[in-house]
Amino acid sequence: MVSTAYTREDILQLLSRIADPEIPVVTIREIGMLQDVHMTETGCEVIITPTYTGCPAMGIIEADIKSLLDEHDINATVKMVYHPAWTTDNISEAAKEKMKKYGIAPPVHSGCDVANAEAQIACPQCGGKDTEQISRFGSTACKALYKCNECKEPFEYFKCH
Amino acid sequence: MANINELKYTYSLRIADNAWILSHRLSEWCSNGPLLEEDLALTNIALDLIGRAQTFYNYAAQLEGKGKTADDLAYRRNERQYYNNLLAEMPNGNFADTIARQLLMSVYEYYFFMSLQNSKDETFAALAVKTLKEVKYHMAHAADWTVRLGDGTEESHEKAQQAIDNLWMYTGELFEADETDTALIAQGLGVDNPSLHSLWETHIKNVLEEATLRLPTADYMQTGGRKGVHTEHLGHMLGEMQYLQRAYPDAKW
Repeated sequence: MVSTAYTREDILQLLSRIADPEIPVVTIREIGMLQDVHMTETGCEVIITPTYTGCPAMGIIEADIKSLLDEHDINATVKMVYHPAWTTDNISEAAKEKMKKYGIAPPVHSGCDVANAEAQIACPQCGGKDTEQISRFGSTACKALYKCNECKEPFEYFKCH
Repeated sequence: MANINELKYTYSLRIADNAWILSHRLSEWCSNGPLLEEDLALTNIALDLIGRAQTFYNYAAQLEGKGKTADDLAYRRNERQYYNNLLAEMPNGNFADTIARQLLMSVYEYYFFMSLQNSKDETFAALAVKTLKEVKYHMAHAADWTVRLGDGTEESHEKAQQAIDNLWMYTGELFEADETDTALIAQGLGVDNPSLHSLWETHIKNVLEEATLRLPTADYMQTGGRKGVHTEHLGHMLGEMQYLQRAYPDAKW
């Protein structure tokens, strides 16, 4: 069995290449969706967790994981877990920087409640502080719509969750 | 008396049915929203609800242990086998009707999942934690719009009040407890619905006050969801929703 040639670390390393289908500049590991890899007798079990319960990217991510490991002849099953619940605190600082360069304002504080108006969101384009929320809901479940009153550009904000 | 897995199966199915039916209703707004941002908001909420339905259907199927999938449960049951609250199946009506339904339902869900977090069933508790994060957004969205409509123009105020008044009689059954609820409450697995009523009503009252709207006083309450007895609206909805799986069972894209 070829898969015995791979350790858990090797597989995690391999999977770290998989990008988030909706925000391709960050990987599923950086965003915190890739939770763990368990080695089994026949291959491995990859543990992933969804950002939002209805996140339509999960199917694609599962397929990406399977096809990547298949290329390396690694027999893998993918298991989705809901506990511990994913939070934006799982997103690495490096990933937040990449998101910002990509044009998405990263989540500003941790463990936040929606009740906090999340008013102080800096514009990822010009860095302007004078921004306002257009809608709590955006093009994907994890983002809200904002506009910058300084450069007048709209932008997306990755909501605290 | 049903065994514990049967009780949990029914319970999980009810939670899933509420999410599934309401999600379908909200998805009917897709491309019909009053403005683009609202179109996105309502369909985003619908998506969260589909996700929730799927997780609770999966758990129900697992508890039942007959090898069914979430899709089997969603598409292969008849009207009388659905256990959602009547409120969830109410038609979209005008935008104020939809917002009123969202307010009444999401505030209930907020207290329900707050309590379910403490369930001794690990899966219920974990799914409740996950769901609660999403419900907070739905609730904030509904409350914002209730205030904008209620404290808006004369026409929007009137429509918002009418919407709350019309849906009021479907809120009573949210706080009922039948044998399934009672048995699960006794074991620390389910939510003590009746105890949530005053929390819910105070919360609704505060939002309505800010929106310059009246809390309805009518006390006749319709019931039936827990027994699978529905309003005429559910059958029509299922007819559309289940058409493909009924006409072409096991159809694959």
